[in-house]
Amino acid sequence: MKDEAIYRRLFRTALLIRLVEERIIDLYPSDKIQSPVHLSIGQEAVAVGVCDGLKPDDLVFATYRSHGFYIAKGGSLDAMFAELYGRKGGVSGGKAGSMHLAAPEVGLMGSSAVVASTIPHAVGAGLSFKRRGASQIAVAVFGDGATEEGVYHESLNFAALMKVPVLFLCEDNGLAVHSHRPARQSYRLTGHAASFGIATRRVEEGWDVLAIRRATLDAAARVRAGEPFVLEIATSRYKEHVGVGEDFHFNYRTSDGVDAWKRRDPLIVDTKLAAALRPEIDREIEAAVAFAEASPAPGRAELLTDVI
Amino acid sequence: MRKLDYAGAIREATAQEMERDPRVFVYGIGVPTWSSIFGTTKGLPEKFGKERCFDTPISEDAMTGFGLGAAIRGLRPIHIHIRVDFMILATNQLINMVSNYTYSTGGKLKVPLVVRAVIGRGWGQGAQHSKSLFSNFTHIPGLKVIAPTTPSDMKGMLTAAIRDDNPVICFEHRWLYWAEEDVPEEPYEIPLGVGRILRPGKDVTIVGLSWMNVEARLAADILAKRGVSVEIVDPRTLAPLDEDLIVESVKRTGRCIIADCDWVDSGFSAELSARINEKCFGRLKAPVKRIGFAHTPAPTVRELENEFYPNARTVVHAVEDMLGLEAANLDGEDFFSHERRFRGPF
Ligand SMILES: Cc1ncc(C[n+]2csc(CCOP(=O)(O)OP(=O)(O)O)c2C)c(N)n1
Ligand SMILES: [Mg+2]
Repeated sequence: MKDEAIYRRLFRTALLIRLVEERIIDLYPSDKIQSPVHLSIGQEAVAVGVCDGLKPDDLVFATYRSHGFYIAKGGSLDAMFAELYGRKGGVSGGKAGSMHLAAPEVGLMGSSAVVASTIPHAVGAGLSFKRRGASQIAVAVFGDGATEEGVYHESLNFAALMKVPVLFLCEDNGLAVHSHRPARQSYRLTGHAASFGIATRRVEEGWDVLAIRRATLDAAARVRAGEPFVLEIATSRYKEHVGVGEDFHFNYRTSDGVDAWKRRDPLIVDTKLAAALRPEIDREIEAAVAFAEASPAPGRAELLTDVI
Repeated sequence: MRKLDYAGAIREATAQEMERDPRVFVYGIGVPTWSSIFGTTKGLPEKFGKERCFDTPISEDAMTGFGLGAAIRGLRPIHIHIRVDFMILATNQLINMVSNYTYSTGGKLKVPLVVRAVIGRGWGQGAQHSKSLFSNFTHIPGLKVIAPTTPSDMKGMLTAAIRDDNPVICFEHRWLYWAEEDVPEEPYEIPLGVGRILRPGKDVTIVGLSWMNVEARLAADILAKRGVSVEIVDPRTLAPLDEDLIVESVKRTGRCIIADCDWVDSGFSAELSARINEKCFGRLKAPVKRIGFAHTPAPTVRELENEFYPNARTVVHAVEDMLGLEAANLDGEDFFSHERRFRGPF
């Protein structure tokens, strides 16, 4: 397929994610979504480029900021909105909500709101592929902040020792809530990973779905051949850490960095393609919202189900 | 006296102790940042500088061990976790190291470390942001565990905790941050290990933990209208426990309901129930009853949260049940909901 056709496909998914999250922003004041949301607006290209560089049966382990990965892996939009609404038609029956999106049926194996806690799961899943001689790979998705937890280092070490097919994917938005990366870290991620003998790559063009896709294809090929890989992608979180607003008035960052990113963001710059794709995407989203609205709420009968 | 809220009481106790004792310092993820742990550390970095109020990497385990190292060398750290769920990452240090450091050094080294853990429900916070886990820590010898309910208790007990030469874990329910009452301005200590009768009564004792004291108080008001007199006992310190206060109360009323904001199974309520049964056996007119979370991870959706969490309604029905009263229609009653922030006084 020509790059142009691929670009169009990836752009569409990225736009879908952005419009879904913008719809969440619209809906939020109505209190229909009664739980915290961590938006990925600004970071969509990472989820889209990476998931397109994977095979459908590769597995992803993610974080609380995973609307993008859920959609990019092919999760049902109806079931996602119903999950955010806390309805029975939700992907986890409405019990998990935005912070714990999981759709194992499409390879999103789980997401956690405890920082870094899914990283070793990908190593375990990778080991299971190796045992079975499968050519699948596992992807651990985490933020830059997550690499400060010991479990990140321990997971890297074990994956390198056991030659596990796992792709460690760091979404580097430079922030952990309101703390900037240089105030938290004395290491460079790639240099650190290299000391375990793990191959690494950092992509600076985190707005560029094609560049991310290519980097993922290359990395995934090496992982499939039987070694871990650390892929770090620079990106930008436009909104506040949690919630639907902006956060420049908190005075811990200015809008300059975000503005510079926006000037390169195809979802903003490529207005022609966005306009062409938008009507169909809007209909898709409205149908999903309608599905959620019509789905019944769980009640006492569901309180104790699926516990064990 | 002026009114102060619970978050303000924490802030004031911390600032006054930092003023009084240059060895005291505060740290943890997000501590000096804009959000300042629900406002409880606001102004501290400006007043005391970055050396005594600082942010950390997302490394709870190491940062707890760091606190221990500083504490045994003469500093007095206060480590803060914005959710107890994240403190779980520090349990090796807390349970294997901090708790038995004094023991394994033959009493030569003390660990004056305060660890503040925010607990409680929010708004769809779900399974990983809403635990309490009292009993995980009261189970461990060598740790003091406090869970103050009122702003004035918080100020006095946090002050005592900071001055204590032993490790103290302080649980703070985040719905309490807005509670307000008269709080003395000058520094004062409320000794750890001393409970408090929040409301005297004669028909039934409710032992309330943290937020559940607010619900118990609402329940007591409703029951009072029907001539039922409820005594509310707040242990305040969970370890060491003021057992005498609780036992005396239950002996007086002959009935006890334990209202916990935690899971019931193997929860702190089980410990309380066991002790009450041991000490009040012949005086009980009914079996001790326990109230707490449903035995499931916390759901995210509101409809299930309403089933999961106990509240004043649960307490009223438990009392009715115990006294053999008919269940009242509570439709007209004013219950707490999180949209209407709770404001004291108690
Ligand atoms: C173990 C743990 N500690 C602290 C937190 C609070 N917390 C939530 S998100 C976050 C920042 C994480 O930053 P990063 O990994 O870069 O991900 P981002 O939010 O930027 O996507 C923190 C500290 C948590 N959820 N879990
Ligand atoms: Mg980050």
